Amino acid sequence: MSEKFRLDKGGLINRNKKISFKFNGKKYFGYEGDTLASALIANGVHLVGRSFKYHRPRGFFGAGVDEPYAIVQMTRNNEVDPNVRATEQELFEGLEAKSVNCWPNVDFDIGAINNFLGKFFPAGFYYKTFMWPKSFWYKVYEPIIRKAAGFGAASIKHDKEKYEHKYEYCDLLITGSGPSGLASAYAAAQNGAKVILAEDKSRFGGSLLTSEVTIGNQSGQEWAEKIISELKSMPNVVIKNRSQVFGYYDHNMLVMSERISDHLPKTEKYIPKQRLWYIRAKEVIISSGSIERPLVFGNNDTPGVMLSSAAKEYLKIYGVLVGKKPLVFTNNDSGYETAIEFKKNGIDPIVLDTRKDPNSEIIKEAKDLNINIKPSHVVVAAKGYKKVNSADIGKISDDKKNISNIENIKCDCICVSGFWTPTIHLASQSGNKTKFNEEIDAFIPSKSKQKETTLGSANGIFTLEETLKTSFKKGNELSKQITNKENKVSIPSVVEKKYSNHDKFWCVPLPEGKNYKRFLDFQNDVAVSDIQLALREGYRSIEHVKRYTTLGMATDQGRTSNLNGLQLVSDIENKVVPQVGHTTFRPPYSPVSIGAIVGREIGKHSKPTRKSPMHYWHKKNNAVFVDAGVWLRPRYYKQGNENLFEASKREARNVRQNVGVCDVTTLGKIDIKGPDAAELLNRVYTNAWLKLPVGKARYGVMLREDGIVMDDGTTTRISENHYHMTTTTAQAANVLSHLEYYLQLVWPELNVNVVSSTEQWAGAAIAGPKSRDVLQKLFPDLDVSNEGLPFMGYMEGNLFGVNAKIFRISFSGELAYEINVESDNGNFMWEKIMDIGKDFNIQPYGTEALSTLRIEMGHVAGSELDGRTIPYDNSLEGLISKKKDFIGKRSLSKLAYVAPDRQKVVGVVPLDKKTSIPEGSYIVKDAKAKLPNPKLGHVSASCWSVEYDNPFSLAIIKDGKNMIGQKLFALSPLKNKTIPVEIVSSHYVDPKGERVRS
Amino acid sequence: MLHIKCPHCGLRSQNEFSYGGDATVKRPELNKEVSDKDWDNFVYLRKSPVGKHLELWQHISGCRQWIKVERDTLTHEIFKTLKANEEV
Ligand SMILES: [Zn+2]
Repeated sequence: MSEKFRLDKGGLINRNKKISFKFNGKKYFGYEGDTLASALIANGVHLVGRSFKYHRPRGFFGAGVDEPYAIVQMTRNNEVDPNVRATEQELFEGLEAKSVNCWPNVDFDIGAINNFLGKFFPAGFYYKTFMWPKSFWYKVYEPIIRKAAGFGAASIKHDKEKYEHKYEYCDLLITGSGPSGLASAYAAAQNGAKVILAEDKSRFGGSLLTSEVTIGNQSGQEWAEKIISELKSMPNVVIKNRSQVFGYYDHNMLVMSERISDHLPKTEKYIPKQRLWYIRAKEVIISSGSIERPLVFGNNDTPGVMLSSAAKEYLKIYGVLVGKKPLVFTNNDSGYETAIEFKKNGIDPIVLDTRKDPNSEIIKEAKDLNINIKPSHVVVAAKGYKKVNSADIGKISDDKKNISNIENIKCDCICVSGFWTPTIHLASQSGNKTKFNEEIDAFIPSKSKQKETTLGSANGIFTLEETLKTSFKKGNELSKQITNKENKVSIPSVVEKKYSNHDKFWCVPLPEGKNYKRFLDFQNDVAVSDIQLALREGYRSIEHVKRYTTLGMATDQGRTSNLNGLQLVSDIENKVVPQVGHTTFRPPYSPVSIGAIVGREIGKHSKPTRKSPMHYWHKKNNAVFVDAGVWLRPRYYKQGNENLFEASKREARNVRQNVGVCDVTTLGKIDIKGPDAAELLNRVYTNAWLKLPVGKARYGVMLREDGIVMDDGTTTRISENHYHMTTTTAQAANVLSHLEYYLQLVWPELNVNVVSSTEQWAGAAIAGPKSRDVLQKLFPDLDVSNEGLPFMGYMEGNLFGVNAKIFRISFSGELAYEINVESDNGNFMWEKIMDIGKDFNIQPYGTEALSTLRIEMGHVAGSELDGRTIPYDNSLEGLISKKKDFIGKRSLSKLAYVAPDRQKVVGVVPLDKKTSIPEGSYIVKDAKAKLPNPKLGHVSASCWSVEYDNPFSLAIIKDGKNMIGQKLFALSPLKNKTIPVEIVSSHYVDPKGERVRS
Repeated sequence: MLHIKCPHCGLRSQNEFSYGGDATVKRPELNKEVSDKDWDNFVYLRKSPVGKHLELWQHISGCRQWIKVERDTLTHEIFKTLKANEEV
């Protein structure tokens, strides 16, 4: 297909490089430097999508970030990318895109029937209609709405593209490279400030690229190029195009997304797709410019109706005509610039000006070019379904209430200009309470909230001369404060055309008997009638009107709709706009891909992975690993075709019968030193610590102040003022912070130091009746007999030349020891243990066997100490000292905590001795009771008891103390199981604890 | 993201710190009678002021010191930061 709408020359595109691309499966050509939008328009394609609610045909409305319609689904490197604006997507060889929000296709869209049922889709339609019958929501309404709605489909595949994050600090961050951005950046850079200049488009220069002005003796565009090339050569300046500063957060931190390769074809080289910049700036200059405001008239959403500034941009930057019979509809002088551009390129436009007697330099120029100008004229309605083919125009009375002399004239596009709206999103996000400026009928920033300064048209200044003057000055002032240097730059002279006042008129009244839809929000399909209805129904606050009608709530954040909506509300309510107020702008200014937000922290990289020094031994010996917090721990060691169940049973049984060894390096360890160390432990743990002798370990439980168990573990007195504390793997960091809190803030008088030593020690637990035999052979010189090293004893030893700490402590309930050596000797220790243990049938065991062993012994762990239980619940009340005070003790006398039927941990065995009870099951009295079935408690941990060879679980249930022997039921609605069970003691194996002392 | 001046290390980003709540809460002394009401106040009840709030932060990814930060809960303005043993 040929480019019927491309001019023979002109524009900033590279005509030497032709590019082929596909849209909705059809092949087209464009040029390097085109956007998908400009290339499609060059090819005469104006139908690109369907509207959100009514599925009306949608074309192009803008030429950049302001675009509400032309949202496409992109395919690049075999990855799909939804929600891409065709006006921002640059063309590359092989680009493929398709329309969204239409089914089965854009030309024939079933949803368009909504358009003809329009009266059934008024404001608040979703709230009103889909409420009943209730069951219809899931079965009928939701599936249909989901199919019909939305701006594209997210991929369900893993995104193979890479996204990077970057942190940056600067003196001045300048958002936008139009005249105000360039001038302020230049002045600041001259003063030696560290400047970041961000431009969301691919080309720098902003409005200078399309306006007919002279700066010094250069055109606006030449001047912009010169400033940019100077800035680029300065080492203190970072210049980024395709970079959107989308969020202004606290303490002057802004976030910018840089599109690095969205505009490039697939390559073998590594290039990230996007980069997210976190920028902490001392000062921020908001030079984000302004966006043209639409005029509201009948069918103003028809493809071919677009902003006049966009039409000018397509002409001047891309050499593309948006139409060959253009109508320009304006309430100010901007429309004339577009009309003059058409005329210069041999196209005859007609200008409809809402003003009665417009007169200015540029209007005179248009008249001199013989452009047909119709003052006091408006477009009543656009005609044509998939593209404008004519317009009903008419004469508007002086009071703007009545229309006469309506006639139909042929046209193929309508370029509208309703004056300009400053882009104040970033200032508003910063916390700036914006103010309404009567002169321009728009909001502009008022008092700065953070260190932000808004310049140029974003600040409501629409003359270039004034913009440059204030921007050079501000750039100089702000940077001078930071760098203490001043290199004054002379402000160039400016030649620009003087504007006359705009007309305060945006919404063309409906002629009698006509019921055209007049759209305010083009992305969310909100029409004038919707706002009128919302107000009739009693909505007053603009925030409520917004939510009820969805005005300004689409991904374009109402860039082209908010002010017209406000004008309408204020007209109806007979208020002035500032009283109505505007809604809050929130980041992101423009959609940001989830990938960019996540960056490289995906999958396994979302958190660090910690490995014990014995990790590679485990790996070599067929360990299957499990995530335990950030640690990787062996879950079981696979032999042959074993599964998890078989392997863990074998490993646990071998501990009970012979001896096993488990890597316990991950346990948290805290080194505690100082004369008041014993006193600290005495306050932190619930039991007594002052009399623990040197060379002894003790089990301790610590509480939070609210009486809930925080953690448990053993602490050993290494020497008079030196203790070695262990914590659970999961709570290690919290316990350290907890101790630091009390030492630094509550009891600073205690002379104690605490430091994490988790990474300094590798640990191995040797457990089982034959563990002493193994230990003796590891340390032949030591007396490790029951007398020499009793239960809870501690000694130091020499493990074949390596210093070792030996603790006689047990988690498995068997005779057991834990050996700690310096981390780098961990593997040496482990191999010695395995080697020497061979004679005693030693086997390594993983976390699954470890769990089995502790569960059948009734030792509570993380699944019982779950942040909701007190010592009593865990049968740890014996560890509570009556004689001394400790953290959380006062809470234990709370009524609920001493209730006679307080919950308690119990053992649970299925009556059939076969059916495993899923963890999380409810315990109930009557399996068939009416719902909600009163719940006695829940199953916290389950295992296959290797001692009895049947399933066994722990549960925490109400009045657990008196439930032993009761026949109850375990219900698992998730697994759809009802299991008759008997409640037994939680100490299923060796209830007297004889083995650990043997 | 806030920018917090650790009195020991200097200006650092918020993600190096963890929040620790109201810094004006005093733990009742050990081994002293405490009424139910006073204990509940200490454990559970916190003011939620709009405006100035003296609060604790721990510089967990830095010096590990608990510090006091006087912050405006509405605007996030930080007026001053103090060492654990310093008073406003
Ligand atoms: Zn610090």
